[in-house]
Amino acid sequence: MSSAGVSLKAGIDAKSKKRIELGYRGQQRIWMIVRMAILTAMVIFALFPVVWIVSASFNPKQSMVSQTLIPQGVENAEQLLRNYNTLLNTPRYPFWRWVANSVFIAAVTSFGTVMLCALSAYSFSRFRFWGRSNLLVFLLLVQVFPNILAVVAIYLILQQIGTHIPFIGLNTAGGLILVYLGGAMGVNIWLMKGFFDTVPRDIDESALVDGANHWQTYWLLIFPLVRPILVVVGILAFVGTFNEFALARVILRDNESWTLMVGLYTNFVSNNFGQNWGIYAAGSVLGSLPTLIIYLLLQDQIVGGLTQGAVKG
Amino acid sequence: MAKRAESPQGDSPSSIITLLLRYGALMLIDALALFLFYRLATDGVWELAVAIVLITLLVNVINLAPNLVPLRWISPSLALLLLMVVYPIIYTVYVSFTNYGDAHPYTKAQTIALILNEQIVGRSYSWAAYVRGEELGVMLIDEDGSLEFVAGNAAPRRVERVDGELPQEVDGYILDDSRGRRLRVVAQGTFGPADDPITVNRNLAIVVNEKTPRYIWDEAANTLTNVETGEVFRADDQRGWFIRADRYEEYLAAVEADPNARLGDFVMKTSQFPLQVGYRVVVGLQNFERFFNSPALRGPLVSIFLWTVTFAFMSVLLTFTVGLLIALLLQAKTPGRRIFRTLLIVPYALPALIAVVTWRGMLNDNFGVFTLWIIRPIEGLLGVDIPSFFADPTMARVGLLLVNLWLGYPYFMLVCSGALAGIPSDMYEAASVDGANWWQQFRSLTLPLLLVSVGPLLIASFTFNFNNFVMVEAYNEGGPPIAGAAFGAGHTDLLINYAFQIAFGTGRGADYGLASTVSIVIFMIVATITVFQKRFTRNWEETGRNV
Repeated sequence: MSSAGVSLKAGIDAKSKKRIELGYRGQQRIWMIVRMAILTAMVIFALFPVVWIVSASFNPKQSMVSQTLIPQGVENAEQLLRNYNTLLNTPRYPFWRWVANSVFIAAVTSFGTVMLCALSAYSFSRFRFWGRSNLLVFLLLVQVFPNILAVVAIYLILQQIGTHIPFIGLNTAGGLILVYLGGAMGVNIWLMKGFFDTVPRDIDESALVDGANHWQTYWLLIFPLVRPILVVVGILAFVGTFNEFALARVILRDNESWTLMVGLYTNFVSNNFGQNWGIYAAGSVLGSLPTLIIYLLLQDQIVGGLTQGAVKG
Repeated sequence: MAKRAESPQGDSPSSIITLLLRYGALMLIDALALFLFYRLATDGVWELAVAIVLITLLVNVINLAPNLVPLRWISPSLALLLLMVVYPIIYTVYVSFTNYGDAHPYTKAQTIALILNEQIVGRSYSWAAYVRGEELGVMLIDEDGSLEFVAGNAAPRRVERVDGELPQEVDGYILDDSRGRRLRVVAQGTFGPADDPITVNRNLAIVVNEKTPRYIWDEAANTLTNVETGEVFRADDQRGWFIRADRYEEYLAAVEADPNARLGDFVMKTSQFPLQVGYRVVVGLQNFERFFNSPALRGPLVSIFLWTVTFAFMSVLLTFTVGLLIALLLQAKTPGRRIFRTLLIVPYALPALIAVVTWRGMLNDNFGVFTLWIIRPIEGLLGVDIPSFFADPTMARVGLLLVNLWLGYPYFMLVCSGALAGIPSDMYEAASVDGANWWQQFRSLTLPLLLVSVGPLLIASFTFNFNNFVMVEAYNEGGPPIAGAAFGAGHTDLLINYAFQIAFGTGRGADYGLASTVSIVIFMIVATITVFQKRFTRNWEETGRNV
């Protein structure tokens, strides 16, 4: 039991294992098979919903009742792609409009987050000033309260401002972006500051001695050096915004201004879910692809940023 | 630390441009803020107007004061944070002390202005037609016989009757009440000034239109009087209602009998108001009292609170356990580790909403694949009847936890993998030399060291799940409903979903005051957890150092 446990308990020097009794190899093999079996079971658990939704999206009969794992009754491409066809070519479902809204909102939010947080992070990392540590703690504390808690206030604020500056009011991309930007400041400034701290200060010092001002030092020297963390924060902000649902649903009010998540949910889930299952599935498959591809391609960077932020934050 | 020389602005060639840019941007922001302040103040939205001015002032000070250079870099983030995160929190506190909601949407001044806008229209007169060349005029004859003359775009003019007859001529207009003239008057339709016209109906016999306010506001008496019916409404500034004066005592008695009752029904009966709404006032702790005392709110509150804590705790426990288990399995030399890891992250890479809704379909009572392939066979095997995932409270909760496990374990898998890799291997060596078995090593070495770095994340995950609004909303919108509960509270509702329903839920109308109260209660719980977390993590750090 103990030896098996040790092998399960990984990363241990091989030497300590070698001096264990006969039959060790056999036991090790059994444990490996057990490990593989558990992992495979987990993979099935993890992937089955994905397989199922993809299968549903190709089921020509659309409804949940008629779904089988391998779509039945598919004889030609038209039948295979019927759900996609319905989704993309029904005027009632402005699918590409939703995608465009989502991409626009996510891109602007992500860009703004990166630019503004990098400025702040540079200052926190490079200057020492009165109130600095208090401000940093304040950023963390504020972050503890998710902005969905203040959603009533946010709704009313946008309503009040929107009567005078329409493009940042309720039901506008501008208003939603402002809300997202405000909410994104805390964690990301911390994440970036941690990375900025790892860039040696000698670089700034020498540039300043050479007569560059702080802005030039920041923009021409430091900014390119911290690009990895900027990319991570940008991607996380993009994906997070693209997938956000709660605030978007409160603030955006009509079919044309909805983001993809709100559009999918309100059109296909809120009413007649069972009947719209196939169309919903097609929308989900298309809607998940961007995030999925980004995550799987960049998993190392994202995991790096995540754990770094986690350990620091 | 070396004192850094502040580079003089004049030295570099680009500084003039940056200076201009900075001042230009500041001026633009100031102009916008002033505009907003003026407009919002006119609307009576003082809270926001003041907040915007204060934030703008702060930004100006930071960017103009020579010794606050480091803060300049932070000022855009800070301004956004103050406006979109801090102010909403403060505003939430304020709203929780008011009766803001669909029943009390405007301030008293705004409400009175709206009510005074309510006009009596379509007052009928007899009339006669007048003509001057091609131009037409109309003489209005009131019930009491007084006359008013209206022509072109001129204001109505009072005219005296001569010998009990209509005057033959007014301002050069000659009386011509033939049928043809009357038809032409009707064809023209409108007379008088553009901002206050009178309209002649198609009905030939009578006509015309005059606008007078239906209500008169008496500031001193705090009453509104209906001119037509003579009814008097008294303002109740404590609760923000206009109540018919003759039933005011009755109303006060009803309020005193049950201060926490929803007054709407009674007010509807006694006010019969065109607007049918009250106005916004500060009601002090009334929302909190209602929240904790009213049976329809309190009953579900206890159950919802307990479930929220259970949900958050169980979610963390399950996702952490499974995530850690997989991290341990992946750490061992298993073939295809990298592929396993990539495949196992997939739930984390999908949009949460889509994932949850997909599960909602799979768990569907009648056609869901999970129900058909797993639940039905188990039922057959054990000969029991497993209730449905969406009708039965317990099963709904089990399903929710299952889905959240699926969504959440990859996060802890990733985090634990990182943390495990950080534990130096010589510690294990020392432990196994000392004869510690696997379980002992895990319990007294791996777990404590892991908790030092992952511990804060567990608490962060707890607070996240405590407020996991989207999860519940997408899974079943909080259902199945709790019997007899107000605001459609359901068995899987978390506190945040409950607050949301009170604020935006359909049915009885939005009650922002009460919703904000629930938010404040959640704020306080989260704040307590945060303080607790600080203590807790400090403990862990100490243990970590001792190990």
